[in-house]
Amino acid sequence: MDFLHSILIKPFADMVAAPDFLMQVLWEGLVSGVLYALIALGFVLIYKSSRIFNFAQGIMVVFAALTLVGLHEKGVHALLAVPLTLLVMLMLAVAIERVVLRPLVNQPDIILFMATIGITLFLIGFGELIFGGENKVMITEQLLIPTGSYTFEPFGGFLLIEQKDLTAVIGAIALVLILLLFLNRSKMGRAIRALGDDHQAALSVGISLSTIWVLVWFIAGVIALATGIVWGARAGVSFALDVIAYKALPVLMLGGLESVTGAIVGGLAIGILEKLFELYWGQPLLGGNTETWFAFVFALVILLFRPQGLFGEKIIERI
Amino acid sequence: MSKLPAHASDTSAPILSVNNIEVIYDHVILVLKGVSLDVPKGGIVALLGANGAGKTTTLKAISNLLHAERGEVTKGAIIFKGDEVQAQSPNELVRRGCIQVMEGRHCFGHLSVEDNLLTGSYTRRDGKAAIRDDLDMVYQYFPRLKERRTSQAGYTSGGEQQMTAIGRALMSKPEMILLDEPSMGLAPQLVEEIFEIVRQLNEDQGVSFLLAEQNTNIALRYAKYGYILESGRVVLDGDAADLRENEDVKEFYLGVSGEGRKSFRDVKHYKRRKRWLA
Repeated sequence: MDFLHSILIKPFADMVAAPDFLMQVLWEGLVSGVLYALIALGFVLIYKSSRIFNFAQGIMVVFAALTLVGLHEKGVHALLAVPLTLLVMLMLAVAIERVVLRPLVNQPDIILFMATIGITLFLIGFGELIFGGENKVMITEQLLIPTGSYTFEPFGGFLLIEQKDLTAVIGAIALVLILLLFLNRSKMGRAIRALGDDHQAALSVGISLSTIWVLVWFIAGVIALATGIVWGARAGVSFALDVIAYKALPVLMLGGLESVTGAIVGGLAIGILEKLFELYWGQPLLGGNTETWFAFVFALVILLFRPQGLFGEKIIERI
Repeated sequence: MSKLPAHASDTSAPILSVNNIEVIYDHVILVLKGVSLDVPKGGIVALLGANGAGKTTTLKAISNLLHAERGEVTKGAIIFKGDEVQAQSPNELVRRGCIQVMEGRHCFGHLSVEDNLLTGSYTRRDGKAAIRDDLDMVYQYFPRLKERRTSQAGYTSGGEQQMTAIGRALMSKPEMILLDEPSMGLAPQLVEEIFEIVRQLNEDQGVSFLLAEQNTNIALRYAKYGYILESGRVVLDGDAADLRENEDVKEFYLGVSGEGRKSFRDVKHYKRRKRWLA
């Protein structure tokens, strides 16, 4: 009975007893959640438009962050380094399309997947060669990201919101909204969605594969830079940063590889749930550190009941 | 959509000419063994033949979509508006006015009907207003699409999908539409409706059509000229009116022989009198 009580009742009693702490946990969860959602969006866009599972998304985060910090170290002003980094990511997208994707078009999916592993290894080596392998510090202040914090006292308790987290959340939400608007309203966005639906038909109406591919890889690069800045500001810029992309995998399992909504909702859900689980169940009962595996187990359980993911694109079948 | 210049009805200059092409899939499977055909500017030409005769392959060779299926034109040449097709990407071809409506509609299922239509304008550079005008024009030809503009195309009926596919092609401002099996899976009345619109488009807009059809009967009523394909070769061609009267065409494709219609009991024992190529 004690055991059941500690699983089923005590955590919720704790939440009610200290609502300020609960809010703090939810906020922390939201911050990582929007980042997961953002990264997952990068995966979804590339997958939808080319059926490629982009293993290199994680290393692109590192590469973008390294380029940004590296440029700044070489004496470029931080605010100028951002557009320059974007330019580098655009060049990277063009290069990947030319050198990797175009020659491999029409090959089985697994070959393209292997090719993205190749891109990963290349970017690790290339990044080290140019920027060195040692850890760097994200140039948060130089980018004019505020580093102070706000404190609130809800319910007579204490809630701390760091300004850089707030900036990250607002930035990420803005980026997601811009992406959604782009996908649903613009001509290029429509072409990306069309390509995801029917490759052949997209070709037949004259949609150019190369253009779209460069575009989605560039978007993935922009997302990588945004994530790199935010995550780098919390954890430092090193090659270990690519783990954040692997945290997006359960989000994809949960949300479905093809669903934009799935990526967003899945990201937020996993971000928040893993924090809740860690603090109310993990630490008291399992000795903590559950965040490393919670998302995967959670996705696994969901997949048992919904193999297409929570938001897997509905297969339209006419009878 | 602007009217074509006056010489559109001049049937002497072909807008498309296919010269003795050979197509090989996967480096081994020879599908077309020397197909030649011409489509005059402003004409409607039918490409007829049974399943697997090579109609779709011919159309895809023309729109340069073969590459995506590991097919290759290994011999011969396809000339559209004076330029070799093989040197152009599908994207360029659409921009220059040659677009294919694929067999089985191939609508973008998760996009709304209107978004489907708008994807057709991808290659255009003449501004949003012109595209809006053409959208209205497509809705005039297909009022049913206007009613269903916001529904996901995947949930519309087969006829509506065929209309969407044709409308989508129209949005690219084409001079030539390659129409693959428009009658497939549609009720006879709808087929008639679709072909009627093809005729209107041809007359009003001067769009040339090359249509691949198994439904020989209807295709020869709307087309002006016809080619009959069998096992990757053109075995017969001529004016549609002549083909309709041709005894062999009647027997093999229209289902009537010299002695009139056969009863079902006879059909069981019915054998081809001769093969085109033996």
